[in-house]
Amino acid sequence: MPEPLVAVGAPAVAARRRLRFAFLLNLTLLGLLGLMWAGLSLGTDSFATFGNFTNLLRQGSIWAIMAVGQTFVIITAGIDLSAGAVVGVAGTVVALLMKSGVPVPLAILATLGFGVAVGWVHAFGIVRMGLPPFIMTLASLTALRGIGLLMTNGQTIAGLPAEFSALARDSSFGIPNLFLAVIAVAVPCHLLLHHSRWGRHLYAVGSNREAARLSGIRVTRVLYLAYILSATLSALAGILTTARIGIGVATTGDGWELQAIASSVIGGASLFGAVGSVPGPLLGAMLLTTINNGANLLNINPFWQRIVTGGLIVAIVYLDQLRRPKR
Amino acid sequence: MTSSPMGVGPLVEMRNISIHFGGIKAVDDVSIDLYPGEVVALLGHNGAGKSTLVKVLSGAYRANSGQILIDGRTVEIGSPRDAKALGIETIYQTLALAENIDAPGNLFLGRELTTPWGTLDDAAMEHAARQAILELNPNFTRIKEPVKNLSGGQRQSVAIARALHFKARILIMDEPTAALGPHETRQVADLITRLKAKGIGIFLISHDIHDVFSLADRISVMKNGKLVGTVRTQDVTQDDVLGMIILGKRPKIAA
Repeated sequence: MPEPLVAVGAPAVAARRRLRFAFLLNLTLLGLLGLMWAGLSLGTDSFATFGNFTNLLRQGSIWAIMAVGQTFVIITAGIDLSAGAVVGVAGTVVALLMKSGVPVPLAILATLGFGVAVGWVHAFGIVRMGLPPFIMTLASLTALRGIGLLMTNGQTIAGLPAEFSALARDSSFGIPNLFLAVIAVAVPCHLLLHHSRWGRHLYAVGSNREAARLSGIRVTRVLYLAYILSATLSALAGILTTARIGIGVATTGDGWELQAIASSVIGGASLFGAVGSVPGPLLGAMLLTTINNGANLLNINPFWQRIVTGGLIVAIVYLDQLRRPKR
Repeated sequence: MTSSPMGVGPLVEMRNISIHFGGIKAVDDVSIDLYPGEVVALLGHNGAGKSTLVKVLSGAYRANSGQILIDGRTVEIGSPRDAKALGIETIYQTLALAENIDAPGNLFLGRELTTPWGTLDDAAMEHAARQAILELNPNFTRIKEPVKNLSGGQRQSVAIARALHFKARILIMDEPTAALGPHETRQVADLITRLKAKGIGIFLISHDIHDVFSLADRISVMKNGKLVGTVRTQDVTQDDVLGMIILGKRPKIAA
């Protein structure tokens, strides 16, 4: 074989360059996060307290879990707008189940099952009925909000078992349980994405769906899995949120789909598909939570947070477009 | 029907294939066949139905009627997976590569190698892909680069390496030189000659007779979804074939 040295040396450089981009992005995010934390610690009395910090981690954890699920869908060049609504309904379902006497583990499992069902319906609409993901999940967002309010008549569900709330409030080995939940989600998701055939197929489908099909990939199955995973992780976020606030409220998670999407995109996922990782959305979620938390502590009108998040999404997607090669 | 050029049975027979999309007949009752070690060129204008016809063989489309036989046995090809399982590999005009994935990822797409734990064996895939691709194109160095960063010729190398790596018995090449310069086009021609010698049957699809006349053993011409006819290249001139393509007329000499 001619010139084996060239063949061995050059690709390593290319691979390193590609790795470096993702790495640099994550490092930038981490730096930004550190900067914000330092600034808030100096600028407010309350930021660098144990209470606020665990609060920050808990809220960040819930968004991180949603953002990881969202990332799977975004890699297929899709979107899951229903994520926030799933949080609300899942929180309601799990609360109602427990109120009616279902044991806690069973109630949680059933609610996760509900998440699977929602994801299945999304995939069915998108794959079998040919609806654009945007429309399918937007419709589902609206419908799920209605279902949640119907189930509760707009009332909150209080008086949940103490052992349930403990799930989100307690710590194990000195680490908040919610943070452990993130690890329990992130590690298998990372393995799935980067070390399994399914993960490879996910990128292929997001990259070129027809090429994936012609390569013998079962595109339908890949899409089903992505939407089911996203909805199930949102249901998990709903369960954890209900445990954290101690009551079931059907309107919980209003607008969280945008937090999840923003976290994912800030973390380097491309809305054009086929680009994304697991650490990215984790960092993105932490960043957004810090912005929210800091704005509260600085007494900034909370409505500004929405404006900032919106602006951030535009800026990040614009940058994402810039780095795409023009053909 | 053409008699067997090598005294063996046909590798592929497509009998009375029809495909319609809505009310339009893209392929209308077409029968073609292919023998081991033979190159059959499928010629016709753009939209004549030649790509559609072979996509039935590669599992991308399903025929509305007709029959496919491999080694004389009727087969059902319902998906690209089925076709690959039968040893049918296709190099698509669009190359059918996943842009954001590197060459080894594309080469093994849908047929990834895994470790005993079920995880992707990226090292093994990279090694095999490097060998397969360098054999075709010694200048190919950017093997870990997403294929969107590669040139047309390099992308073509990936697509061809993918087809060859899995020991195709039947190879479908749809406009294989459309994206290539003269030098690379010659390389593909050399490759076809080598594959032929190994006994692989090749369907070569083109809209340009000059690309295929020297390579093909037989030429099947399609027009408006119908088969104009199949001729042996040695029996006809390029003008005869041009007449078939343009006028849809069979030359007198054709069997």
